[in-house]
Amino acid sequence: MRRSILDAARVIRSKNSGPFELTLDILFSSRRHYELFRARNIVTPELIGRLYGVQPRDVLGIVYFDPCAALKVTLRRRVPSGAPGDTDIYGAQQHAPLLSIEFDDEEGQ
Amino acid sequence: MSDREFRVLSPTAILGYGFPEASFMNGLAKRPDLIACDAGSTDPGPHYLGSGKSFTDRAFVKRDLTFMLVEGVRRGIPVVVGSAGGSGAAPHLQWCRQIVEEIARENRLSFTLGIVHSDVEKAAVSAALADGRISALPFVPPLTQSDIDQSTRIVAQIGHEPLIAALRDGCTVVLAGRCYDPANFAALPVMQGYPSGLALHMGKILECGAIAATPGSGADCAFATLHDDRFVLEALSTGRRFTRESAAAHTLYEKSDPYRLPGPGGVIDLTRCTFTELGEGRVEVRGSSHESTPSYMVKLEGARRIGFRSICIAGTRDPVMIRQIDATLKAVETQVRSMAAGTFRGALHFHVYGRDGVMGPAEPLRSPSSHELGIVLEAISPTQEEADSLVSVTRSTLLHFGYPGRISTAGNLAFPFSPSDIRMGEVYGFSIYHLMEIDDPAGFPREIVRIHGGEVQA
Repeated sequence: MRRSILDAARVIRSKNSGPFELTLDILFSSRRHYELFRARNIVTPELIGRLYGVQPRDVLGIVYFDPCAALKVTLRRRVPSGAPGDTDIYGAQQHAPLLSIEFDDEEGQ
Repeated sequence: MSDREFRVLSPTAILGYGFPEASFMNGLAKRPDLIACDAGSTDPGPHYLGSGKSFTDRAFVKRDLTFMLVEGVRRGIPVVVGSAGGSGAAPHLQWCRQIVEEIARENRLSFTLGIVHSDVEKAAVSAALADGRISALPFVPPLTQSDIDQSTRIVAQIGHEPLIAALRDGCTVVLAGRCYDPANFAALPVMQGYPSGLALHMGKILECGAIAATPGSGADCAFATLHDDRFVLEALSTGRRFTRESAAAHTLYEKSDPYRLPGPGGVIDLTRCTFTELGEGRVEVRGSSHESTPSYMVKLEGARRIGFRSICIAGTRDPVMIRQIDATLKAVETQVRSMAAGTFRGALHFHVYGRDGVMGPAEPLRSPSSHELGIVLEAISPTQEEADSLVSVTRSTLLHFGYPGRISTAGNLAFPFSPSDIRMGEVYGFSIYHLMEIDDPAGFPREIVRIHGGEVQA
């Protein structure tokens, strides 16, 4: 069945990684969902590009982190922190577009 | 070798964020060998580095430091604080140093204070640029000479080496300028021969206070015990604990790659790192290593003034205006521009909360569904007077603008305050965020200040 990422993640957050990068963390609630997202390659630079209105080349990296079943995406900030036109100096409220991610899950819960 | 240990108390995530006294006393009861704290960040934006001001509150910085210095000095526990004053440039370091000396005087403390500077002369950066010893970080434009010239101040994020030099000089309290956060915690154990990978990884977790515990808090203490092959984390207040997940998840925080954390002179490599719960809210970490890079690089941070800002905060509750908010603001800007032409300069920004105030152009939901909108009018101009004028005329134009279908003809905006317009002062932007190769990692200027009975000795 089609499920929301909110069924698979317990933390979805954003923050600056320095003044020029925004970093997004998805911490999965179960290892099964973590492995499912990794195996199916659900989060790609193209998806992040669509969600954030950036080019895929603006996505610096997508890293899976086993010790806490987490996925990290780092991308270019729209403008550097504090530059004219910035809307979120700390970058702590840029996670919402990730909440629209959906995935297919055979094992309903 | 016997299983020696080095015990570290981290009072809080950032000096001035506070901590419960009971947690701090619990930490002292565990006989720490070091009390260390990070005092800064670039997170609050470029204004603080550029203007020389602290983003933390003086009274709370003094409160936190008083606990650390009084207890540290009396019990003979070294105290290390880096990124003093928030941004760690000369005025920030001086601001924090005055607080330290004030506390020493009020409590008649005797200790040797080490002051480590991290400012970098513009001439040194220019020379490095000319020699090809500067490189840009991802998404940062290549450094130019005019970036250097325009910067009001430039600091290097120093590593643990200059801190070790101050500790070797016999300083028992070390106050440093801009500093790699984990270095505050790693300097003393690395000096004593503990592995730098473990010491720095421990510092990376401790520098955020209890944020890496669960429930997390930036205003509570954390404790770690470092051995030669591992370190163990524990929280210091009831109801808070470290878990395998909380400790591991913290490794993600504010970093672009959780396996490889670059810092001054090298990279903390966590590829073979393991996190194990020991019970009673303790987590053991093993396998963290440190790889030195072929040349020693420090990160430079610089800020330049780009103008002056004025703002006005208002709201609208009118459905007719809300439906055409984009067109209305655009028309207002056009009218203001034509009136302002040749009179006052500057850029105008509308922050519209309820539409895209948080995400700006990246907001995926394009049509506002809110029954009210908050609008922040912002002007950035070369002088404060021009920014004031630009905001003032934009406010009055929008207040009485006749958009199509208008039924609320007495005024378009609700102002929560009088005066409605606020002078925000100088605006800064990051001008430098680059790596610079240096020859001597410990080669940053330091001063030794002997304080006896609260009095600075000549």
